[in-house]
Amino acid sequence: MALTSKPRLRVQNTAKPGEIIEIKTLISHEMESGQRKDSSGKVVPRDIINTFEAAFNGKTFFKAEWFPSISANPYQSFFYKAKESGEFTFTWKDDHGEELKATSKLTVA
Amino acid sequence: MTSRSMAVHEPAHSRRQALKFAAAAAFAAVLAPRMVHATEAQVADELKKLFGGKTMAEGKVKLDVPEIAENGLVVPLNVDVDSAMTDKDFVKSVHIFADGNPQPQVVSYHFTPESGRAAASIRMRLAQTQNVIAVAEMSDGSLYSTKAQVKVTIGGCGG
Repeated sequence: MALTSKPRLRVQNTAKPGEIIEIKTLISHEMESGQRKDSSGKVVPRDIINTFEAAFNGKTFFKAEWFPSISANPYQSFFYKAKESGEFTFTWKDDHGEELKATSKLTVA
Repeated sequence: MTSRSMAVHEPAHSRRQALKFAAAAAFAAVLAPRMVHATEAQVADELKKLFGGKTMAEGKVKLDVPEIAENGLVVPLNVDVDSAMTDKDFVKSVHIFADGNPQPQVVSYHFTPESGRAAASIRMRLAQTQNVIAVAEMSDGSLYSTKAQVKVTIGGCGG
């Protein structure tokens, strides 16, 4: 399954210095586990998003390795300690080596 | 002569094969549901690969999973590790395992002091009633773990 859908982000745009903010992400994907069989009895090959990364101003601060046990349309929430203004980059990578990125600006004052 | 002996042999041979096959199929049918799922030993193996034989302490890790999950396809999981998350003292990683899924690994998190809080939420699949295990590795190398059982009404395996 190609990484084509637009990911959904819930992240605030402003924060106070030192504030710990929660980031919520959601992306559409089958997360085919490689365990399921189709109607003809053949095993449907594994096809999942296996890595999610969150970076701020180019520096990765959170990384998740997803395995086939992760539900379809994976949701991921995590935290970030705001220090300075800049931009988040969120990256999803699938089994085919395809990547999808999303960004969000943060103003710290 | 040879053709006659063949004719005599063939049915006996194929019947033996058919019996063998039936026995093998029955054996596989009995074993299959058990063999496709991970076990506590497999989780222990994975942990050994990650951390050698290092001992794990209890505490610090809070694992939030439902006691009963009606739908094994979408089981909410929240993990929260008690840590100051400073440059010198932070949670490096958290690994989640499910000992009754086809593959025991669920998710591995890698945190940094910039994370601010070593906590994350996700939704997972559980094939059957089983234990969910969380292991946290601190920046000093110490390990903490906890586990919780989730009763699954409808499994999220295959379909």
